[in-house]
Amino acid sequence: MMQERLQELQEEALQKVSAASNLKELNDIRVAYLGKKGPITEVLRGMGKLSAEERPKMGALVNVVREAITSAIEEKQAVLEAEAVNAQLAAETIDITLPARPVNKGNHHPLTRIVEEIEDVFIGMGYTVAEGPEVESDYYNFEALNLPKSHPARDMQDSFYITDEILVRTHTSPVQARTMEKHKGQGPVKIICPGKVYRRDNDDATHSHQFMQIEGLVVDENISMSDLKGTLEVFLKKVFGQEREIRLRPSFFPFTEPSVEVDISCKICSGKGCNVCKQTGWIEVLGGGIVHPNVLEMAGFDSKKYSGFAFGIGVERIAMLKYGVDDIRHFYTNDIRFLKQFHHHEA
Amino acid sequence: MFVSYKWLQEYVDLSGISAAELADKITKSGIEVEGVEKKSEGLKGVVIGHVLEREQHPNADKLNKCLVDIGAEEPVQIICGAPNVDKGQKVAVATVGAVLPGNFKIKKAKLRGEESHGMICSLQELGIESKIVAKEYAVGIFNFPQDAQVGEDALEALGLDDEILELSLTPNRSDALSMLGVAYEVAAILRRDVKWPTIEKEEASEKASDYISVKVEATEDNPLYMAKVVKDVKIGPSPLWMQTRLMAAGIRPHNNVVDITNFVLLEYGQPLHAFDYDRLGSKELVIRRAKDAEKITTLDEAERTLTPDHLVITNGTEPVAIAGVMGGANSEVKSDTTTVIIEAAYFKGSTVRKASKDHGLRSEASARFEKGVDPARVREAGERAAQLMAEYAGGTILEGSVEYNDMKVEPAVISITLNKINGLLGTSMSVSEVQDIFTRLQFDVAVEGENFTVTIPTRRGDITIEADLVEEAARLYGYDNIPSTLPTGTTTPGALSDYQQKRRKARRTLEGAGLFQAITYSLTSAEKAAQFALEARESIRLAMPMSEERSQLRLSIVPQLLEVVKYNNARQIDSVALYEIGSVFLKQDGEQLPEEREHVAAAITGLWESHLWQGEKKPVDFFVAKGILEALFDTLGVASQIEYRQAEVKNLHPGRTAEVLLNGVVIGFIGQVHPTVQKELDIKETYVFELSFKALAEAEVAPIAYETIPRFPSITRDIALVVDSATKAGDIQSIIVEAGGALLKEVQVFDLYEGDKMEEGKKSIAYSLKYFDPERTLTDEDITKAHDKVLAAVKDQAGAELRG
Ligand SMILES: [Zn+2]
Repeated sequence: MMQERLQELQEEALQKVSAASNLKELNDIRVAYLGKKGPITEVLRGMGKLSAEERPKMGALVNVVREAITSAIEEKQAVLEAEAVNAQLAAETIDITLPARPVNKGNHHPLTRIVEEIEDVFIGMGYTVAEGPEVESDYYNFEALNLPKSHPARDMQDSFYITDEILVRTHTSPVQARTMEKHKGQGPVKIICPGKVYRRDNDDATHSHQFMQIEGLVVDENISMSDLKGTLEVFLKKVFGQEREIRLRPSFFPFTEPSVEVDISCKICSGKGCNVCKQTGWIEVLGGGIVHPNVLEMAGFDSKKYSGFAFGIGVERIAMLKYGVDDIRHFYTNDIRFLKQFHHHEA
Repeated sequence: MFVSYKWLQEYVDLSGISAAELADKITKSGIEVEGVEKKSEGLKGVVIGHVLEREQHPNADKLNKCLVDIGAEEPVQIICGAPNVDKGQKVAVATVGAVLPGNFKIKKAKLRGEESHGMICSLQELGIESKIVAKEYAVGIFNFPQDAQVGEDALEALGLDDEILELSLTPNRSDALSMLGVAYEVAAILRRDVKWPTIEKEEASEKASDYISVKVEATEDNPLYMAKVVKDVKIGPSPLWMQTRLMAAGIRPHNNVVDITNFVLLEYGQPLHAFDYDRLGSKELVIRRAKDAEKITTLDEAERTLTPDHLVITNGTEPVAIAGVMGGANSEVKSDTTTVIIEAAYFKGSTVRKASKDHGLRSEASARFEKGVDPARVREAGERAAQLMAEYAGGTILEGSVEYNDMKVEPAVISITLNKINGLLGTSMSVSEVQDIFTRLQFDVAVEGENFTVTIPTRRGDITIEADLVEEAARLYGYDNIPSTLPTGTTTPGALSDYQQKRRKARRTLEGAGLFQAITYSLTSAEKAAQFALEARESIRLAMPMSEERSQLRLSIVPQLLEVVKYNNARQIDSVALYEIGSVFLKQDGEQLPEEREHVAAAITGLWESHLWQGEKKPVDFFVAKGILEALFDTLGVASQIEYRQAEVKNLHPGRTAEVLLNGVVIGFIGQVHPTVQKELDIKETYVFELSFKALAEAEVAPIAYETIPRFPSITRDIALVVDSATKAGDIQSIIVEAGGALLKEVQVFDLYEGDKMEEGKKSIAYSLKYFDPERTLTDEDITKAHDKVLAAVKDQAGAELRG
């Protein structure tokens, strides 16, 4: 009798478990069948009436039934729990194509990008970055650079003088003169000098009364024109691309002798000739040369023992060529729509 | 310098080399050829015609009906509007089918009922600039000399088929400011010879010295003066070939005498002047500095006031020319001139430059004197001009010349070794290669082993030192042949200085916080220069500004950034966030140069957060700007050294401005731009800061020392305090921190209430206090002890009551 009752209970319970649709129902079933007041407990209580031989058999059977119901409940519980999680996930699903919350992010001015890039190339070659005042004495801006007062290249009209003796610098070369002086005739000097410079020009698409320059200077024993050529090759290829070629043309600057102008092969036409390079296949990017012995001597270097090379680059020109900017005034207008275009890392 | 390819052939053989090839070679060896122009390019069908008849057009007052022989079977009828056209003239005729500049095609036409088979041309219509057309043809058509051949190509006769090389000369290469100079350069490049003009002339028995005497008083300015006298000249047009050469070089033809002086100037690079002997008013030329306020009316009919800086040629009494710059009207060669004095002189460059600058007169002559003419060529140029005047102005040259000559013409001699040349260039040229280069340049060179002793001709005044010879060697050897190497020798560590690294980090921090880097002008107006200055100092003004707007060096950056905000706002860009790191310029007493202090400044306006579809939109406020500053302080390691102090700064909102102090010293400000200023600039609510970046970057920074990460729990206590409305949250915070002692690790404001539930004049500020001890778990007792101190302190020092 008891055995049949147990079979019945098991079947009944398993059916209810299977039909349960949520965790609460399932818990109610657990309490109803396996709880202290449940029918199985009742069956156990009735076991007292059984003989000593039957009692263990019956006990084992009760356990089997209890196990079966428990495991059915557990299985069902796992299923129901998984369903609940899935329902929650479905309810929480979002449209990931909606716009992101913007993170505020600014960036370098394009001229700073160029300056830092060039600084890093030269730091990698053992240079330090030298800086100096933007308001300079006539001496450092001109005289120490082999431009005596009577020199035609230093027309008052071209420079912003403050008094007869001071002016806003017209190039970053005075930093070279100052740095050489600090070395007290002892090489090597290996510097690049970035900075703002000023000329008495009317602002238009290609002229700016304020612009940025980077100059480089190396003074040591046995420095030659070929060293300048090789150094500029490394630097210009880094900035403009490895496939660019460079060429030196003779030129004239008072502070270098011999002086050269340096062209790179035109990127647009690969040297075949186009409007950008005025059909020449070459684009002028900088000037340089072998430091004039007068400049070395004035800064305290023995020009018989030491030689040096120097070069100077207009940062705006580089930026205009590299990014295709067509008007130099953009660099100083600071239109946000202009500035924000220079945001990502380039190889 | 414009160089005619045809003309150049008279001085150097150019066979087998085109103008374009020549241009390329010249550029590569040191003188940049900016372009090669052929004026007749695209033009055709212009011939020399002979005007056989001219009569008034029957239906038009201002038109002429001409019958012109153009070398065809029949003469043609041409209607011409030129006022100077007349019977018998030889003229340029654009025949039917001709093409003129601007692709203007000549067709058969009917003008007021009369047929016209072509057009009689002015020089301007053939593409010649008005400023170089002789004055007599400035209005109207050009007349060829009577011996011109009818039917011949007029473009060729005018030299327009020539190719003109435009040389861009660096200041050192004034030797190439002449045809002969260019010939030397080209001869060196092509390994050919220079052909000098031959001067053959007859001189009369009358002596030049019978006519004129020369006295140089300013011997320093004028070491060499030579006067030649040519009498019986007939003023008229110079030969067409001479006129076309002048025009090719950009010089306007005048008359034979003046044209000859200009021709020789172009040929030799030696400026000459011609005086009308009879107008001179005396028989002497005295060269001296002008007297103060002395006056001269120059050839351009302008009266000029002189100073003792200016060198003048006088007739013994009054100036007749400003030396090297311009002649005087009183001694001008005119159509009735018969006797001419040719002046060939060496005037000191700086003296000529001063006069040319003071009078705003820059001419072909002054430009050459300023750069220094070849002293060896002065006299020869004078002789050459005399010869040409005999030949082309019918003159008689008087015997000899009258001269003052104290010119020491000593060619420079420079010694140099092969080693020096190869060492400076990084090349491995041989002795013979170098010798060859100097020989091609026609420098005298003596070779001894590997030493060169080079004598430099006076025409190359730019070569004075070894390095100049190295340059000559380099440019003729070819820069393409120089190898590429990198400097060897002592290695040096490359690095940014500490300061430079901090500047880079500051940029990255500010950009990471959302600001764009701006670069603005250092020059500004007087008003803006000082507008937001940290210190009241007088701004530095340029001696000769180009405009008031860019006349002073800035004392602060904020005004420049506000200009940028204004620019962007005016273009519908409402949200602008910018910073700049740059110098300001502070005048220093007793110092020549100003102090240049690097500042960091920012301007922020518009929306700071904008995430619209989630309904979030937060405008910039003071605390946004303050947060950015704090990120910067943190990066620079100075956060703990900074304090803010509510302050009034000119042009900033008095209630929303703070001074920023670094270790107790004011280094800048942060605040909202004063609403009145915002209105003036037409910008929206804008927050700015400007601080001395120098002070920030030079502050001492403690090294990073690791602190144990707490293993024991912290305990947080919140308090809400009721205080007077004027009490500063920061002051209370300082009191709390001070009183909380070692266990109090963090204090944060988490609520501020000033609403109507508060008593009038009071507000409530709530702080969250976090206590912990890295060594142990805190007991309730520990905390209560510390917290009670805090409560007592705020009550005591700030009158704060715990809010119930
Ligand atoms: Zn190109």
